[in-house]
Amino acid sequence: MTAQVLDCVGMGHRYSRRGPWGLRDCTLMVPAGRVVALIGPNGAGKTTLLHLAAGLLPATEGSVRVAGARPARRLERIGFAPQGAPLWPHLRVRDVLGIGAHLNPRWDATLASDRIAKLGIAPRARVSTLSGGQRAQVALTLVLAKRPELLLLDEPLANLDPIARRAFLASMFEACTHSGVAVLFSSHVVAELERICDDLVVLADGRVRLAGDIDRLRRTHRVITGPVGWPTTTATQPATVPNDGSQARGWQVISARQAAGRTTALVRIDTHLLAGPGLDAAEPTFDELVLGYLDQHHPDQEPSQQDLRSQVEAPA
Amino acid sequence: MFRLDAGSGVPIYRQLMAQVRQELLLGRLQPGEQLPTVKEVVDALAVNPNTVAKAYRELEHEGLVRSRQGLGTFVAASPPAATVAARPALLAALTRWVRRARAEGLQAEEMRALLAVALDEPSAASDEQASGGVA
Repeated sequence: MTAQVLDCVGMGHRYSRRGPWGLRDCTLMVPAGRVVALIGPNGAGKTTLLHLAAGLLPATEGSVRVAGARPARRLERIGFAPQGAPLWPHLRVRDVLGIGAHLNPRWDATLASDRIAKLGIAPRARVSTLSGGQRAQVALTLVLAKRPELLLLDEPLANLDPIARRAFLASMFEACTHSGVAVLFSSHVVAELERICDDLVVLADGRVRLAGDIDRLRRTHRVITGPVGWPTTTATQPATVPNDGSQARGWQVISARQAAGRTTALVRIDTHLLAGPGLDAAEPTFDELVLGYLDQHHPDQEPSQQDLRSQVEAPA
Repeated sequence: MFRLDAGSGVPIYRQLMAQVRQELLLGRLQPGEQLPTVKEVVDALAVNPNTVAKAYRELEHEGLVRSRQGLGTFVAASPPAATVAARPALLAALTRWVRRARAEGLQAEEMRALLAVALDEPSAASDEQASGGVA
């Protein structure tokens, strides 16, 4: 088992003793070389989670470890780029990098100057004259030149046009491939995340709704279309058939919507699922998976747990 | 060589795998030929390098390609799937079928739908296996 670069167990943060929780019960692991997307609406706790991992906020409950120690003891190994790339606007690019060199013991000056040159940014240009995409690239350079093991990026793709976005991603992926850095980045936009991340973490109301490898998560979910009233009517439950001959454990309705005389539900399955009478089942797309979890109508209630075995054994 | 269809709903690594298989079937990729490097694909598509590596790994698992340490990924000397060109009888039969469907007024879209139905037909399952799964 590979060592985790970021390892959070039951992590939570409360902004004041009687105040609201920004994040609760967050268990999350990020190994080296993985790219993890943190997805959720504004106010879901994405920034809180990133700040906890960056050592900018203390964990009120649970634990958080970066390369085996508290984030505050690992600051030189953590590259954190806050939202909107807030750089000193009146400084020149080379001065921004100079400050980076001054503040970071592991600073790689060659990496920084090579990157800026490759991007075609003049070192003597003032930050205020750069485009949004260039500013994002300077901010990324600032964190990459730290040679971090953990890269934390808060909404790095917001406000980037498609070309700048592509250039930014190419830089980020290059860093992942070469140095095996683990990346945790937040986004409130779902589109195109599938081609960026290995794992996803869906946050809503300060809680992790879903976390894991995107391909595995798609395999363990189905979008099922059935008649209106389903899945509350028990007459047409889908059948789960275990692959290994053991008993079926069941399935969970995550969210359901009705439209055009049909119900469409996102369902989590333990095992291989066959469509029941009058039901069509398909593997969810990335968007269907994410939106299904963000769309839970009663976010504070556990989704209804259906136990197939008890249904089968119940007298008809 | 790769294109991604964001709207298809098919996982990206499976899209990449399908495109390599297609190129092999059509004979556009020859045994021993090198696939684009992971870095080239990443630069062209702005896609996660782990996803490309996963597609190549799965293709290697299927015996279609071979990775050589430090050199890249290459089409296997004798990929298990035969190329379409090597199956002239099947292609001729399909061409006759298309001609007939066209005569009956079917459009390409409808023919694809029919083919998809036929592929899912349980009675066709064993035949598909017998022909080596060439679709």
